Amino acid sequence: MFKPGKKIEFKSAKEIPLTPMSLGDMTHNYTGSWRNLRPEIDYDRCIDCMICWKFCPEPAIFIENDRPKIDYYFCKGCGICVQECPVKCIAFEEEGK
Amino acid sequence: MKKVLMGNHAISYGATLSRVQVIAAYPITPQTQVVELLSEIVANGELDAEFIKVESEHSAMAACIGASAAGARAFTATSSQGLLLMHEVLHWASRARLPIVMANINRAISPGWTIWTDQNDSLSQRDTGWMQIYTADNQEVLDSIIIGYKVAEKVSIPLMIVLDAFVLSHTYEPVDVPDQEKIDKFLPPYKPKIKLDPEDPHAFGGLTAPNIYMEFQYNHQQAMMEAKKIINEVGKEYGDITGRYYQNLSPYKVDDAEYVVITTGTISKTTNIVVDKLRDSGVKIGNLRIRTLRPFPSEEIYEQLKGKKKVFVIDRNISFGNTGIFFQEVKASLYNTDIRVPIFGFVTGLGGRDVTPELIEEIVNIGIKNEKPEEEVIWMGVKK
Amino acid sequence: MTEKKKRKISLSIPAEEIMRPGNLACQGCGASLAMRYALKALGRNVIFDIPACCWSVIDGPFPYSSIGVPLLHMAFETAASTASGIRAATKVLGKEDTTVVAWAGDGGTFDIGFQALSGAAERNEDIIYVCYDNEAYMNTGIQRSGATPYGAWTTTTPVKHYKKLPKKDIIEIMAAHRIPYVANVNIAYPEDFIRKFKKAASIKGTKFIHVFSPCPPGWKMKPDDTIKVAKLAVQTRVFPLIEIEHGIKYTLNVKVNKPKPVFEYLKLQGRFKHLTEKEVQRIQEDVDAYWDYIMKKVEFSKEYAG
Repeated sequence: MFKPGKKIEFKSAKEIPLTPMSLGDMTHNYTGSWRNLRPEIDYDRCIDCMICWKFCPEPAIFIENDRPKIDYYFCKGCGICVQECPVKCIAFEEEGK
Repeated sequence: MKKVLMGNHAISYGATLSRVQVIAAYPITPQTQVVELLSEIVANGELDAEFIKVESEHSAMAACIGASAAGARAFTATSSQGLLLMHEVLHWASRARLPIVMANINRAISPGWTIWTDQNDSLSQRDTGWMQIYTADNQEVLDSIIIGYKVAEKVSIPLMIVLDAFVLSHTYEPVDVPDQEKIDKFLPPYKPKIKLDPEDPHAFGGLTAPNIYMEFQYNHQQAMMEAKKIINEVGKEYGDITGRYYQNLSPYKVDDAEYVVITTGTISKTTNIVVDKLRDSGVKIGNLRIRTLRPFPSEEIYEQLKGKKKVFVIDRNISFGNTGIFFQEVKASLYNTDIRVPIFGFVTGLGGRDVTPELIEEIVNIGIKNEKPEEEVIWMGVKK
Repeated sequence: MTEKKKRKISLSIPAEEIMRPGNLACQGCGASLAMRYALKALGRNVIFDIPACCWSVIDGPFPYSSIGVPLLHMAFETAASTASGIRAATKVLGKEDTTVVAWAGDGGTFDIGFQALSGAAERNEDIIYVCYDNEAYMNTGIQRSGATPYGAWTTTTPVKHYKKLPKKDIIEIMAAHRIPYVANVNIAYPEDFIRKFKKAASIKGTKFIHVFSPCPPGWKMKPDDTIKVAKLAVQTRVFPLIEIEHGIKYTLNVKVNKPKPVFEYLKLQGRFKHLTEKEVQRIQEDVDAYWDYIMKKVEFSKEYAG
């Protein structure tokens, strides 16, 4: 699982690097807010095949104790995991429900 | 060691002495001997470099950018249409703040097809954020490449050495080729300030929003202004080891002159002859050669022109719809000063037409005779 | 999930995530998944250059980057030439073990960057050139490219004038350069994808990898259909998964014995919605013909190049 990162800000031209270069990753970016639908794994039915993990583009599914787990801070809610789960144990729930 | 070299080979030796590590180039007349000799030098193992024989000038500069960003000292040479094709990536190189050095052989732009000299190719790149140095002889060409790397790497801005097609590129002159050891001491191996490095991964040149883009431009400009000083400092340092001193300006008998001709490139050498001749007949005239176009040495030009009666700028280029480009630059740099003397702008020598001592004398006479320029652009040697 | 481990799972692709989330890819982006797999295959001793394409944005704005490896953003037509320069520098600096990757979209490969790509391939530059192909200029808003297939809608090939020209056969073009390795991969087949990237990294010279990379907004499809559509591209024989070594040895990597009708693939994508039955039939015939052509090459390879 990736920890949410921090934003990097500059106050003046003196602080910036020589050329626009990266000094951190995008993990400050709460892409979970893009989501309308929220994938939920029913672990009783999950067979730990990791297909959902494999096909997550972000990556917003990680493996914890040999089981897939969705990182809702980053999950954009594309639904690939819902669609590709071979046992249909991932369901889309409306956000805020 | 003294050698008799054509300007193009002076470039090759300059690059070799600078121990360039990656060369990427595409052939174009009148640049070909630069890359031919470098190919040989690399193939003979006399220079530990990778030579990429790219399929275009655009790719040549892109490869130089890749190489420089990955931490190598990169070099290319081109001319005219080739330089124009590079235009987009010239901007990229400078904004990426990569200290690439290139030679451009001033060749006029087509159509009609031409291979002869004028400056419109390099002047079209004036605003790409590169430093530009205009040279006047083959010795200066070689020396300027070496000095160029030191300056470029100090200020993190790429630098273009410019020379006249054929008048220098294909003309043989005696050139002192300095010892490698001497140059190694002057120009140590390249230590990149930023680098593509798997052990310290960064992305370079990503999306830069309006809230911060401008600060990078500001810093680029600050570095350019700093470069005015650095070019003179490094030029002096080089002089101390070789006896050849290079500065932003190269004045000839300007000190006590009443009239000053402003020139660039090889025209300045011809102008010196005219200055001597006119001085013999009592005309107090001098020649101020501008070496550095970017950064533009405004303050130094002011100092040189203070107290003069008239200034005659000779341009081997034309900005259609306005005037010669050095003329514009000189005028603009003096506007907010107390210098208020007539400045005449002459355009001549386009597409390789000879600029003879007689023509330059005529230019001077027009300047002296007329109180003010009658036309904004005075065309010389054109069949109107 | 803190309960005791019940079983040890085995993963078919490397576990380590080099790419970071929080990036700016659209929901269900095929190109995002492609990068994730590529990094899993190549590891960290790698330098990327990326010309103008979706990934110029996906990676994140200054001062951020999502790929976790060094990356040089470059001008549109320079993916291959920049990579050539990076490779030359790594050679002269004694870092030959670093893999150099040019990562470009279809516009940057089929169109504006093609000259530089062809030049680099002719020089057999030791780079992996990856084209993630979403079949149009997606970053600028879905304009047609040389990779847009016959029949597709884009904003510059509107429904009344949908594209009536075939897509360039890029892997055949690259194979004709006789470079050591040309392959195509598909994000719905991650094991094949990663195997080919690893293989490419082990070969000296120019490697070209063509990535089938669905784009939900550009293809007017649901983001959750990304893998489904990608899989159908293979199962309908629209996108045969192959490898070509030295320009002559063709290998088919995924057999498709009972192909599904091409319509199954087309119908999930709004960009083909306007097509008549006749046009669909035409596309089916084209797909069948191309498959036969590739299979003949595969057969030929077995006989002569095996």
